[in-house]
Amino acid sequence: MFDNLSDRLNKVFKDLRGHGKLSDKNIQDALREVRMALLEADVNFKVVKDFVATIAEKAVGQQVHSSLSPGQQVIKLVQEELISLLGESTKYLELQGKSPAVLMMVGLQGSGKTTSSAKLAVLLKKQGRRPYLVPADVYRPAAIEQLQILGESIGVPVHPSQTEQDPVTICKNAVIVAQNSDYDTLLIDTAGRLHVDEELMGELGNIKSAVQPAEILFVADAMTGQDAVTVADKFNQDLNISGVILTKMEGDARGGAALSIARVAGRPIKFIGTGEGLDALEVFHPDRMASRILGMGDVLTLIEKAEEVVDKKKADKLAQKLKKSTFTLEDFLDQIQQIKKMGSLEQIMGMIPGLNRMKQLKDVPKPDEKELGKVEAIIRSMTAQERRKYQIIDASRRQRIAKGSGTQVQDVNKVIKSYSEMLKMMKKMQGKAGPGTVFKGKTKRKRPKGLSRR
Amino acid sequence: MLGWFKKKPKKNVQEDSAGRSELAREDIEDDKSESAAQAEDVLISEEENKSVASIAVREHAPETARSKPSEKNGGLFSRLKEQLAKTRNSIVSRVDALFLGKKVIDPELLDELEEILITADLGVGTTHELVESVRAKVDRKELSDPQVLKRILKEKIAGFLHSSDQKAELVMPAKGPFVIMVVGVNGVGKTTTIAKLANKFLKAGQNVILVAADTFRAAAVQQLQIWGERIGVHVVAQKTGADPSSVVFDAFDYAENKNVDVIIVDTAGRLHTKVNLMEELKKIKRVMAKKIPDAPHEVLLVIDATTGQNAVSQARLFSEAVDITGLALTKLDGTAKGGIVVNICRELTIPIRFIGIGEQMDDLRDFNADEFAEALFAEGES
Repeated sequence: MFDNLSDRLNKVFKDLRGHGKLSDKNIQDALREVRMALLEADVNFKVVKDFVATIAEKAVGQQVHSSLSPGQQVIKLVQEELISLLGESTKYLELQGKSPAVLMMVGLQGSGKTTSSAKLAVLLKKQGRRPYLVPADVYRPAAIEQLQILGESIGVPVHPSQTEQDPVTICKNAVIVAQNSDYDTLLIDTAGRLHVDEELMGELGNIKSAVQPAEILFVADAMTGQDAVTVADKFNQDLNISGVILTKMEGDARGGAALSIARVAGRPIKFIGTGEGLDALEVFHPDRMASRILGMGDVLTLIEKAEEVVDKKKADKLAQKLKKSTFTLEDFLDQIQQIKKMGSLEQIMGMIPGLNRMKQLKDVPKPDEKELGKVEAIIRSMTAQERRKYQIIDASRRQRIAKGSGTQVQDVNKVIKSYSEMLKMMKKMQGKAGPGTVFKGKTKRKRPKGLSRR
Repeated sequence: MLGWFKKKPKKNVQEDSAGRSELAREDIEDDKSESAAQAEDVLISEEENKSVASIAVREHAPETARSKPSEKNGGLFSRLKEQLAKTRNSIVSRVDALFLGKKVIDPELLDELEEILITADLGVGTTHELVESVRAKVDRKELSDPQVLKRILKEKIAGFLHSSDQKAELVMPAKGPFVIMVVGVNGVGKTTTIAKLANKFLKAGQNVILVAADTFRAAAVQQLQIWGERIGVHVVAQKTGADPSSVVFDAFDYAENKNVDVIIVDTAGRLHTKVNLMEELKKIKRVMAKKIPDAPHEVLLVIDATTGQNAVSQARLFSEAVDITGLALTKLDGTAKGGIVVNICRELTIPIRFIGIGEQMDDLRDFNADEFAEALFAEGES
């Protein structure tokens, strides 16, 4: 019952795959499942209705592709529709025009405006802009402090707002400060408010007319239910929002809100928040999201992440080492660190196609980040000599390493064993495939994961 | 209705000087008058009640307070109705509109009913159960009048609300402080709920301390401290980044010789799917039990009422980790979709303790299934 959207759809399509030809009944059954899956994922009722109707219409009039089975055709249709529902193409922030460009974060209480402001500041800073954070939440206790602490930790200046001040005044002052201090992007973190609170909604309108923001971003919780649409719609009507940030996407929310908001408000989703870390904000790509919903994985994001952290030179060197079979424990450590840089293992696994569909993997305990840390500690507790030549690690050395890394001798044994097995594997691979193929690099990256699960 | 805010003063009547108990007793009466269903409670403690009342009248001459309860009664209930108006509009008014002028129940009507219920966040499962039971009745020709259908719907929904109801008194310890651990995902309103809850206990004459065990989020500790100052409650805190379990340990140490009645522990918001963070929560709970056996007596899960079906998943996973004993639903005033309340009651056997229906201090209300169903289905007079 609590399978996510991908699982549900996958089940439907698995049934469809068995059929050589789609009858009306097949399509109806499949669409019924699609409808239920979407409803259970909190997609708005009206959106679901339209969605299913569109697909039904297209599926019936569909030309039969010789290359695709009927089931695949429906999947393709659903994917196309999902992409169009999610806003077709990736939309970026539009910060051209007058400087400083002002971004306003608005939304309900607890949707994640303050955290998203800080995350966005990190992102903008990476792009070479000079952001300035403006806390305009004078209502919630310690909201200003929260942004100040976040700003300090990411090295972005924060406007010294006071709770006695009027939010509109704060924002006006901040713009003047920004102009004088050469900040080019203002991030205004407004207080959370209910869409039905006319007074506070009016305040947002006042801020808007006072600072003329380039972007008004509506921050929404990905777990929101059927009401998401109403809220987004009201904010859009009052403020004419320019985009949406969906937060808390790393949970098991089935992303229904994403589909509904994008369609009903007619505004693009620009970012998604995917973790508690301040770098866990991703640009939203409709096509990738659709693949993720359908359980097709998100290889593009994975590759991008890998490219971000993998050092090309290091990778080349590694390939050389592999060729000569001089892959040491030190290189092993390097690999682990690179994986860690890519994000949490869970995130990475979610992006690998097909992995989320493997039932047996669901019951396996989630790979623990701590395990990786342990391996790291163990290798670090070895001497340089030991790292180069693992054969010399005898019982007493193992004991010392265990003590030094705060682990058990068994843990040390495990690490050495998986490493030695990895070496064996590599030798075998070299026998089969020619040296230096791309394939090899991939296998290697996988190994430490297997190791941590053992 | 909860018994949490009554127990202590009763004991005081027997053991303590009357000073504190009078005030407390008045509050209890206010509390009681919120619901007619509380009549029994009044009867049970009638004897001591009389004595307290007489003392109260003599020493504090609260004639005004005498007349207050009835006034407040109407006031509180109508406020509940008013704040739930949106929820009611979304379910009941639409159901009414649907039935208006309809003489027979046809499949179309049932389809529309399904739509209304689903859009109210009742969930696919609950909606199905409701609609199918109606459909079966119609098929068997037991039901043909749309007006009767409405009544059946109301009874069914009230039935769901009742199914998970449990006496809250059961979780109170016989002696020693009553420890409440508050958990939930990020941004559901844990800290605010705690402040309101502490205020409630305070009004009932209990000695409350708050524990700032959210050491993760920036300024979370300050947020709780500001609330503590506002309502006049001591907050035990360390700096951000400290081990939450150690803060809890400190707090219990502090409480040991201070005659504290209630300890409310604020934890960091966490998504229920984060295995490691859930482990941290288990650890906090273990540490509590070491210091005070049986603590925490209540593990309160705070859920944002605007959350959709994910709320059930939250409740389930948090339950697996730390055995949730009660729920608090916040932000019910903002959502037109209070249906999730019904869904949670049906899917889980965890009682709902509180509902948050507004931003004011006393907008955290004890959940009463009858009252809630009544307010939900009350005719549109407010």
